[in-house]
Amino acid sequence: MGLIDYLSTILLIAGGIFFLAGTVGLLRFPDVYTRLHALTKADNVGLGLVVAGLVVQAESWAAAGKLVLIWLLVLLAGASISYLIGSGALQRGIRLWKK
Amino acid sequence: MEMVYMSLALFLLLNLGAGMWRVLRGPAEVDRMLAAQLFGTIAVAVILLLAQFTGNAALRDVALLFALLAAVTAVAFARRSWMQQKEDHGSN
Amino acid sequence: MEEMTLLQEIFDGLLGLGLLWLAWRSLACTDMFKAIVLFIAFGLLMALAWLRLEAPDVALAEAAIGAGVTGALLLSALAGLTSTGASRHEVEQPEGVEKQTGTLHRLPILLLMLTAALLGYAVLSLPSHDPGLSAEVAENLASSGVSNPVTAVLLNFRGYDTMLEMAVLLMALLGVWSLACVESQRDSSADPILDMLTRLLVPLLILVAAYLLWVGAHAPGGAFQAGSVLGAAGVLLILAGWRLPSRLTGWPLRLVVLSGPAAFVAIALITILIGGRLLEYPTEHAGTLILIIETMATLSIGVTLAALFLGSSPEHEEKQ
Repeated sequence: MGLIDYLSTILLIAGGIFFLAGTVGLLRFPDVYTRLHALTKADNVGLGLVVAGLVVQAESWAAAGKLVLIWLLVLLAGASISYLIGSGALQRGIRLWKK
Repeated sequence: MEMVYMSLALFLLLNLGAGMWRVLRGPAEVDRMLAAQLFGTIAVAVILLLAQFTGNAALRDVALLFALLAAVTAVAFARRSWMQQKEDHGSN
Repeated sequence: MEEMTLLQEIFDGLLGLGLLWLAWRSLACTDMFKAIVLFIAFGLLMALAWLRLEAPDVALAEAAIGAGVTGALLLSALAGLTSTGASRHEVEQPEGVEKQTGTLHRLPILLLMLTAALLGYAVLSLPSHDPGLSAEVAENLASSGVSNPVTAVLLNFRGYDTMLEMAVLLMALLGVWSLACVESQRDSSADPILDMLTRLLVPLLILVAAYLLWVGAHAPGGAFQAGSVLGAAGVLLILAGWRLPSRLTGWPLRLVVLSGPAAFVAIALITILIGGRLLEYPTEHAGTLILIIETMATLSIGVTLAALFLGSSPEHEEKQ
């Protein structure tokens, strides 16, 4: 495996770790707001690292561009949805978890 | 290199399976919807990995579609389906 | 490499098991909302399954329709249902119906199991690498006007089926419109974030739809996929509170909805007049004809899906 492959593997595995963090957060955190927080980690960093790992291996600039575009769209959608769900939860009186 | 793609895809699929627990359990509807959002993001990552694994660049269009449409379902939930009354939302 | 095939087999096996489990749970669930979310997840996994079966065109359609538009449609329907007082958590039994456990009740289950067993036997007894008609399609691809075999089959070799499918979609819309008592839901004005999201996503969705339409000639894509992306854009607009201005809800709307099937039927009639056979395109114009049909179809499918999501017929909408 060349240097590019090693770099790619590291990025991909790091991305996988953040996805795991997102899933564990979704399962273990105590209320909506904290679960939302965990979700965005998977969205932003997890997918970002996976995309980075794949961009390094991409066959052309156009392909790399498409990968980055997909990541940006997930970011956009994720951020907006997080706001909508978070503010909606507040409006509906869902209480924040207190220890 | 193919090994890495495929094993990561498998790992992500297992994550998706684990997330099902939140769909089944999640005391409120919003928790189930959050899990669905996570599934969408995991699916995007899996498809991108499969695209690289099979060498078929057209698969990336499917990932593009997933990224765009995950938002539509969540917006439909937030705007239409979410129950209006106050919910008592405890932990777990 | 042995490990590669093993990994793939595990992946596919998990996918298959996941699909079965989701199908069972989604149907057996009494909480309607949970069932819908499971169904959306089912659509997601189904799209992955299509990808593993090397059918990206179907995966595109499944992603756009199954995970996107249908999810929104079901959620909206559930909201409409519960606003009339029905409970969304229990599927209610009508009063006076006792649980039936006699043989008559078991008969459908037995029939289904028998059918599944026969299907399984039929599939397993097929030769394991049967190419089907792919050789014939490959031979005739050059004269079909496109280079994507799926588009060639859908729009040229089996164009008749596609034409009828478009008529089916139109009829579904007519059916929904003829339910006079459907009231569309009033959405409150969108907050700024949703507004911004819509303004960013909808043009992007339209662009992606146009891209899928164009690329369908030589890569996975095509009219149905593009149309359903357009439909998703319409759904997003409706959710953000946008409605068609009333001067467009009369015959312009109906014109667009009709244009897909009408273009197809018109071209079918023309081919009969020219060559005497239904939907046999002259080879040098095949590509152009397919593009025309696909463009009209995309517009019409998109508008039809959005109209289905809105639910109420335009006249009813105006009265509210």
